[in-house]
Amino acid sequence: MAMTLNDDQNMLRDSARDFMASEAPVTHFRKFRDMGCKDGFSHGLWKQFAEMGFTGILIPEADGGMGMGQIEAGIVLEEIGRNLSPSPFLTTSVAAVAALKLADKAMRDRWFPGILAGETVIGIAIEEGVKHRPEKIACVAERSGNGFKLTGQKQFVVQGASSDMLIVAARTAGAAGETDGLTLFAVDKDAAGLSMEAARLVDSAVAAHVKLDGVQVDADAVIGEVDGGWAVLSKMLDAGRVGAAAEMVGVGTGAMDMTFEYLKTRKQFDRVIGEFQALQHRAAHLYGEMEGARSIVLKAQSLMDEGHAKAELYVAAAKAKAGLACNLSVREGVQMHGGIGMTDEYDIGLYMKRDRSLNEFFGDAYYHADRVATMSGY
Amino acid sequence: MSDLETFRAEARAWLEENCPAEMRTPAKGDEDVCWGGRNFLFQSEAQKLWLEACVAKGYTVPDWPKAYGGAGLSAQETKILRHEMAKLGCRSPLNSFGIWMLGPALLKFGTEEQKIHYMGQIARGEIRWCQGYSEPGSGSDLVSMQTFGEDKGDHWVVNGQKIWTSYADKADWIFCLVRTDKTNKYHGISFLLFDMETPGVSTKPIKLISGNSPFCETFFDNVVVPKHQIVGEINRGWDVAKYLLGHEREMISGMGGDGGVTSIGAAMKATLAEEPVLRAQMALFDVDNLTFRAHGERFMDEWKTGKAHPAYSNLMKYVGTELNKKRNELVMSIGGSQALEWESERANGGSKARNWLRTKANSIEGGTSEVMLNVVSKRILEMPGG
Repeated sequence: MAMTLNDDQNMLRDSARDFMASEAPVTHFRKFRDMGCKDGFSHGLWKQFAEMGFTGILIPEADGGMGMGQIEAGIVLEEIGRNLSPSPFLTTSVAAVAALKLADKAMRDRWFPGILAGETVIGIAIEEGVKHRPEKIACVAERSGNGFKLTGQKQFVVQGASSDMLIVAARTAGAAGETDGLTLFAVDKDAAGLSMEAARLVDSAVAAHVKLDGVQVDADAVIGEVDGGWAVLSKMLDAGRVGAAAEMVGVGTGAMDMTFEYLKTRKQFDRVIGEFQALQHRAAHLYGEMEGARSIVLKAQSLMDEGHAKAELYVAAAKAKAGLACNLSVREGVQMHGGIGMTDEYDIGLYMKRDRSLNEFFGDAYYHADRVATMSGY
Repeated sequence: MSDLETFRAEARAWLEENCPAEMRTPAKGDEDVCWGGRNFLFQSEAQKLWLEACVAKGYTVPDWPKAYGGAGLSAQETKILRHEMAKLGCRSPLNSFGIWMLGPALLKFGTEEQKIHYMGQIARGEIRWCQGYSEPGSGSDLVSMQTFGEDKGDHWVVNGQKIWTSYADKADWIFCLVRTDKTNKYHGISFLLFDMETPGVSTKPIKLISGNSPFCETFFDNVVVPKHQIVGEINRGWDVAKYLLGHEREMISGMGGDGGVTSIGAAMKATLAEEPVLRAQMALFDVDNLTFRAHGERFMDEWKTGKAHPAYSNLMKYVGTELNKKRNELVMSIGGSQALEWESERANGGSKARNWLRTKANSIEGGTSEVMLNVVSKRILEMPGG
């Protein structure tokens, strides 16, 4: 596949760019942040996402969706990142849909219509510690009655408290540290024994700590195969990772563009500071890093869409590179803005906060660089 | 079968038939590389046969027009041919600055006679070329060069000195920037071609920190150059030089690592397992290496469709050369004391250490990293200031 966007993809980018800039710009994010919104996003905006066709972008056409791939989802995510538009798109329309696509028809029929309509929100309940360690999942699902009984705890469940359903990874066999023996469950938010404590994050998103105290689910709550959840989990995580990477390309590019604009207008010592070579070289280096990140993210997306054997390696490299480049962009952004960059009133700091959160989501750059090493044979 | 698939099958059959087995093993060093030229000594009969077969087929320069010694292949066919050659492990039949640099410049700026004559010689490996650009006082500020050609009617008389002339002591001809108007900095330079055996031309090798001498100082003392040996117009040689430098930058940026996407870490697993910090450095390097490959692929696709910024090759040169230096630092760290050995057979004649030192020039030659960053900043990012 050529490493350039085709005409349809360019059209989608133009419409996503116009939509986010007019309906969900940074001022929209500020409004919801400042009102202390308990969800951290606007349900009205989520409905508008549905009207644009975004919410079902990865849902197969046979299930009523757009049947598109990671490249298209990434196009929307880049604009989300550039505008800091708060929404459940990454968790619900990208990660959750990647898992539900592998579920049986009854399960798909149960959840896809609500996602397509922009009414349903799904939380991803994977993490059990402060760092991403999916293979170490210890949450237990014991056989009980017609189904399973889930016991354990989860954290960093973004928008968990606003979700209609949680995708919970639990152990039906094996021990923590093994990839075999995991199973994914669709757990209704009102299930008895499920409790949540919402915590606001640095980027004003809201994530939940989830307690599962003997939560009873039916056998038909299983997504994929019992004990074979790693396959579904991997697909869900990789979709979320490459999605987060695309969003970071947007965050990093947004911060970079804002910074370059500032360099061209801010005057000190009687000239615009963009004339200083010390800043020019750092700007050019940053541009190179962001261009690299954009390239590897596109490569990873296209390999995923092809179902290529190397997709996993490239997704790991893309999440790592996008994380490092976006992080450089926001750090340089705040520094080059000087004092004003430290103020809450100015937007650059908001990009720094969002970057931090996205870097942590589904594994940071160091976690994924480690995976690159392992997959490369050392 | 599509036309391209037919071509692939034919190319493969031709390679299997014509590429000697000996030429399907990796080159061990520079001495195994065929550079062609009047004084080239073939290392083996196989090397000679392989060159002759490729010359007859136009495969030394597959994408050049047939009239100028090429095979007239499209970009896609050339890519397929290279891919098939790589799959069989075929060595390059002919390396030359003529193919990489002068040829493309002649194709764009040369007269029909020049294309037929010089490009044909290049394609057949008859003439080995070197490049006369830098001068002792003109490195990054190349346009300040002083080598002067005095107009004598039907010829110029050239006096001056060039430096960093790659393989000048082995080359047959030189393509050389010569000042032909002292009053105009940019529009006072001409792009001349002349024989290195012309009276008044002399060379002196420069020994590098790697211990090798791929470069020379080149001196011109009343060298007579006929007027028809100019490429492009008089005093417009800078246009040719800039075009050619773009090619050089692409070529050097392509060196981001000769190992492609295959990690060098796997072969060093045992060492890396015992040194977690070194392993971490290697891992971060591999992230950057995979990134650079994807970046290069995207750049080429955008370049072909005319979407890339004209100054983008400067960015690729910067990123690729810095990456290659990093790769060689890691090779040295992983290699430990054995990589320090300078001459032993055990250390392949010090190849790791010599390569490591050689790569330090990557971010200097063909425009330094600092100049590349200046260009990216001014032309792509449109930062203000002179």
